[in-house]
Amino acid sequence: MLRVDIFKKLGDFTVDVKFVGEGRVTGLFGSSGAGKTSLVNMIAGLLKPDRGFIAVGDEVLDDTLAGIHVPPHRRRIGYVFQDARLFPHLSVSQNLHYGRRMNSVAHDGAHQDRVVDLLDIGKLLTRRTGQLSGGERQRVALGRALLMQPQLLLLDEPLGSLDSARKAEILPYLIRLRDEGGVPMVYVSHDPRELRQLAAQVVVIRRGRVAAFGDAESVLADVAPQFAD
Amino acid sequence: MFDISPAEWTAVLLSLKVGLVATLVATPFGIAIAWLLARYHFWGKSLVDAVIYLPLVLPPVVTGYLLLLTFGRKGLVGGWLADHLGIVFAFRWTGAALACGIMSFPLLVRPIRLSIEAVDRRLEQAASTLGAAPWKVFLTVTLPLALPGVLAGMVLGFAKAIGEFGATITFVSNIPGETQTISAAIYTLTQVPDGDAAALRLVGVSIVISMIALVTSEWFARRATQRMHGT
Repeated sequence: MLRVDIFKKLGDFTVDVKFVGEGRVTGLFGSSGAGKTSLVNMIAGLLKPDRGFIAVGDEVLDDTLAGIHVPPHRRRIGYVFQDARLFPHLSVSQNLHYGRRMNSVAHDGAHQDRVVDLLDIGKLLTRRTGQLSGGERQRVALGRALLMQPQLLLLDEPLGSLDSARKAEILPYLIRLRDEGGVPMVYVSHDPRELRQLAAQVVVIRRGRVAAFGDAESVLADVAPQFAD
Repeated sequence: MFDISPAEWTAVLLSLKVGLVATLVATPFGIAIAWLLARYHFWGKSLVDAVIYLPLVLPPVVTGYLLLLTFGRKGLVGGWLADHLGIVFAFRWTGAALACGIMSFPLLVRPIRLSIEAVDRRLEQAASTLGAAPWKVFLTVTLPLALPGVLAGMVLGFAKAIGEFGATITFVSNIPGETQTISAAIYTLTQVPDGDAAALRLVGVSIVISMIALVTSEWFARRATQRMHGT
């Protein structure tokens, strides 16, 4: 369970968001500039809220009243960025193991095999990151976040920089991840079709505020009826 | 022509030793200062910046004389170091290394600073979400990506240290076998009759050393750039 109740001023823009995500996948929907990425950065700990509260399960990550701000490296929250952000000086395999090494998690061959199979990246392990296609980079970034055994996975428009053919290539992996991965996810997108396929609950963000919140079908039918089936 | 005498070899080896020690000792300080200047805004930053670049614009004799006043046997720092730690700089090769290190410091710091500024902060953010504490982010992401700049700075610093003359000769004089580097030896040879041939031999050696340093740094930089792009 993810509890968020935060306020943050960023220049002229304010993010003032409150919701409780309970399903396996909580969708964050909104146009670009709505404050989705700022919100996700606050959940990851990269940005500190001015006021408020963030908790995953029983663990309080931010509580400005109690003076709590857990730094990003102690949160165990996997973050998959739109631009993948693979480390260019490391091989694919070294990228995958980076989070595990930094968290001093013992090497778990079975877990690694599961993740590698799930994302179908076994053939890429010895490659340099510069030799990967956009879709492959995103799959490796997903694997890197999963191998650190996170308590929550943040996906910030992971398909945003891909063309529709590549999107169709990755989406099945994300659905498998939701059903077999066992890690709760926050999925950010401005594409209602993606969210309808992945998320149970959707939070609609508009100009830094929650405009609607509820189960994916009904919320998306309201805010984006043109995409309804 | 290429018959280098033992005395000339001594000057060559001493120069290499002084240049290497100066560069290796100065590099960790250079990385730390470059990182501070690249990543933080603090009170007095422009003053720190100016002090680092001072040796580049001051007459070398002035820097050498200031070193003599500070690190000489009777100097404030030099006296304390000699009495408490047994470290003596005056008229020793260590003093030559200190002078070379300080004179070459601005050339060492600048490329490192530029390359740290060029490292994509978003990769550092990614590393921190993957569980890397700030010092681990620096060691596993920032520093490896800034490596071309670090190597370029080290080579530039080394080349400057090898050629340093004014501050060194002012601070530690020109003692064969102790503080007489290639530059000082060439200078001495030009002051005596029949010194030309020997001077030319040393000129040849210093050109070869500089060329090797440049080619090596180019090679390192190319390899590091390939790594940066993940190919």
